[in-house]
Amino acid sequence: MKKNDTNKSRRTFLKTATASSIAATAPASMFYIKDAFAAEDFRNNPKDSKTVTLGFNVPQSGAYADEGADELRAFKLAVKHLNGEGDGGMMNTMKPSMLKGNGILGKKVAYVTGDTQTKSDAARASAKRMIEKDGALMISGGSSSGVAIAVQGLCQEMGTIFMAGLTHSNDTTGKDKRRYGFRHFFNTEMSGASLGPVLEKEYGNERTAYHLTADYTWGWSQQGSIKKYTEELGWKTKAAVKTPVGAGDFSQFITPVLNSGADVLVLNHYGKDMVNSLTQAVQFGLRDKQVNGKDFQIVVPLFSRLMAQGAGDNIKGILGSTNWNWSLKDAGSQAFVKSFGKEYGNPPSQAAHTCYVQTLLYANACEMAGTFYPPEVIKTLEGYKFDGMGNGATEYRAEDHQCFKDVLVVRGNEKPSSQFDLLEVVQEVPRAQVEYDASLLGGELGPYKV
Amino acid sequence: MDAILIQILNGLDKGAAYALIALGLTLAFGTLGIVNFAHGALFMLGAFCAVTFSKVISFSKQIKDESVTIFDAYKEIPYLEIWWGDFGALIVDFAVPLSIIVAIPVMILVGIIMERGLIKHFYKRTHAEQILVTFGLAIVIQEIIKHFFGANPIPTPAPDIVSGSAAVGALVGLSENLVYPWWRLIYIVFSGLIIFAVFAFLQFTTFGMVVRAGMADRETVGLLGINIQKRFTIVFAIAATVAGLAGVMYSPILPPDYHMGMDFLVLSFVVVVVGGMGSLGGAVAAGFLLGVLQSFASMNEVKSILPGIDQIIIYLVAVVILLVRPRGLMGREGVFED
Repeated sequence: MKKNDTNKSRRTFLKTATASSIAATAPASMFYIKDAFAAEDFRNNPKDSKTVTLGFNVPQSGAYADEGADELRAFKLAVKHLNGEGDGGMMNTMKPSMLKGNGILGKKVAYVTGDTQTKSDAARASAKRMIEKDGALMISGGSSSGVAIAVQGLCQEMGTIFMAGLTHSNDTTGKDKRRYGFRHFFNTEMSGASLGPVLEKEYGNERTAYHLTADYTWGWSQQGSIKKYTEELGWKTKAAVKTPVGAGDFSQFITPVLNSGADVLVLNHYGKDMVNSLTQAVQFGLRDKQVNGKDFQIVVPLFSRLMAQGAGDNIKGILGSTNWNWSLKDAGSQAFVKSFGKEYGNPPSQAAHTCYVQTLLYANACEMAGTFYPPEVIKTLEGYKFDGMGNGATEYRAEDHQCFKDVLVVRGNEKPSSQFDLLEVVQEVPRAQVEYDASLLGGELGPYKV
Repeated sequence: MDAILIQILNGLDKGAAYALIALGLTLAFGTLGIVNFAHGALFMLGAFCAVTFSKVISFSKQIKDESVTIFDAYKEIPYLEIWWGDFGALIVDFAVPLSIIVAIPVMILVGIIMERGLIKHFYKRTHAEQILVTFGLAIVIQEIIKHFFGANPIPTPAPDIVSGSAAVGALVGLSENLVYPWWRLIYIVFSGLIIFAVFAFLQFTTFGMVVRAGMADRETVGLLGINIQKRFTIVFAIAATVAGLAGVMYSPILPPDYHMGMDFLVLSFVVVVVGGMGSLGGAVAAGFLLGVLQSFASMNEVKSILPGIDQIIIYLVAVVILLVRPRGLMGREGVFED
């Protein structure tokens, strides 16, 4: 018995000693302590490197290539400003800001680029390459919600922050939202909420709409939102027809509109698709028609200056909504337009604006967090309130990572004062009018640690 | 009635493109016995003749835009407009129709180089080998265009004067609201003229007579001492030119990109099969017929009964025709039946 007791005691001692030594030598990462994040290692941690690499994934071909090209210009300008070159642009107006023009956390910003080809699989492959081979610490870009959602999902899996560029589908910060994804751009719900009252004022309550819709997540989302808000006004929906992205010739979709009895055509198209479908709708005489005793109207819920440029005179008088326009007079917008225009000879598009802002926001969040460690940066961005970036007081809502700010309702300018003055701001819709409950669009953000 | 007329016009417009491409395909097949999968690339090359010509004559000078004050902006004014004023601007505006003058010699040259340089070496090979080599050639041409012009569609507008719509309804005593884009009407008429010219050439010239004889019996024509090979090279060049011109005139309807030929090629092959392999009349008739059928299938009334029918109607008709009439609508006995 005694012997046994002795053995037990020795065994207990050995167990305790082993457990204690394991506990003493265990890495801090085994325990989740907020302020210990900086001590953790993570994918593409720049450590002692003098540079930090960002990955810009934009469509360089396909229906949204024009937006992609402008996004890339904005990213390059943002990198320049972050590294202390140029006039600093919005870094001078952003509040609050810890950006100093010495890179991010003292490391010079470098970048790599990828072509999404406006295709989800190509975009994912490109983002994966940038993360795995080029060491990108953050991915940004987009121009298609299908692409943004696919890349956002990948970034969540890989623990890399995704600062979405132009993506307008509700799903990006709704049912497909992710902890590692953040969207500064507005969404179709906000387009519907801002555009609805203006449509009522301009065209009345008794209208019949016909939707032509790009057949992917963004098109469906926009159709749903515009349908919801116009039907609330009393409008009827005659038909909602899906069209392939990049169709080029939309004549077979437009001719059925002519005798459908509808008196409003809603073009849920973007980029070159919108330019082509609008041009062809005008060529088929839709804007000169009278239906149900009313002038036929065309509505383009998501507008951009680049599209207006492509559509020429056809855009004049047409209503839509936009995230931002270069004609805004606030200090942030003016600083950005001046900087971008000096660099490229053109004012920035809304796609360029959102990408530039996203890059600065990410950099500032790293500075505020004092680390590149993604969960800490995410926590800094969640609920972050800022101003001086062109849309008035803005907040990154913590619950869905959607930015809330003022939205613009615009009209194709009838009397442009310059070659770029293509959109006339009809109304700056205040943030309160477009805000909605986070639970409306569903989805789960997922974990901080992956 | 308005709806029916508009669908017919829409069908003729698309059918005109199918017919022109299928006509060239059938010419090459009927004379040379070649199944040319690079024919769509010739259509695309024609469209890029318009793009290139348009870019060259729009070469511009940058002038400071004083209306923009926040940064230095510049306007681009074509040199032709600077030198010749309104007349210069008119030439720039008419770039697409004027590019036909350039496209004809370019496409003839491309046709001759293609036939002499590659196709002739495959006359005696199997159809499978011909398809492989011409498909490869199509990809090479596509990639060359992509390298120089990028992957994005390039807008190539029609002249301002014909960018609007014609009141076709008023012309035929129907609703005044019934309009149709001018350029699409011009395209239908243009394709009719090209088809007429090709048929007249084959029907009323000695050269055409020899070609038709060669299509019927190449060996006998050869035994009569006629250099049928030389004539066939010219026929191939004509087929290339027809496809090229179809592409030039289609560029304002569909902004050209490197892939546009491939999109049309598959449908045009179906058109050739439906029309009857080797039958020129069959190819033209089937082109217009399938274009009109596709247009009617895209009507909401039809799609509400048969969803998605507009996407498959052409293939469905091809299956039915091949089951009921294996040689196609106007196919001749013995063609592609060995």
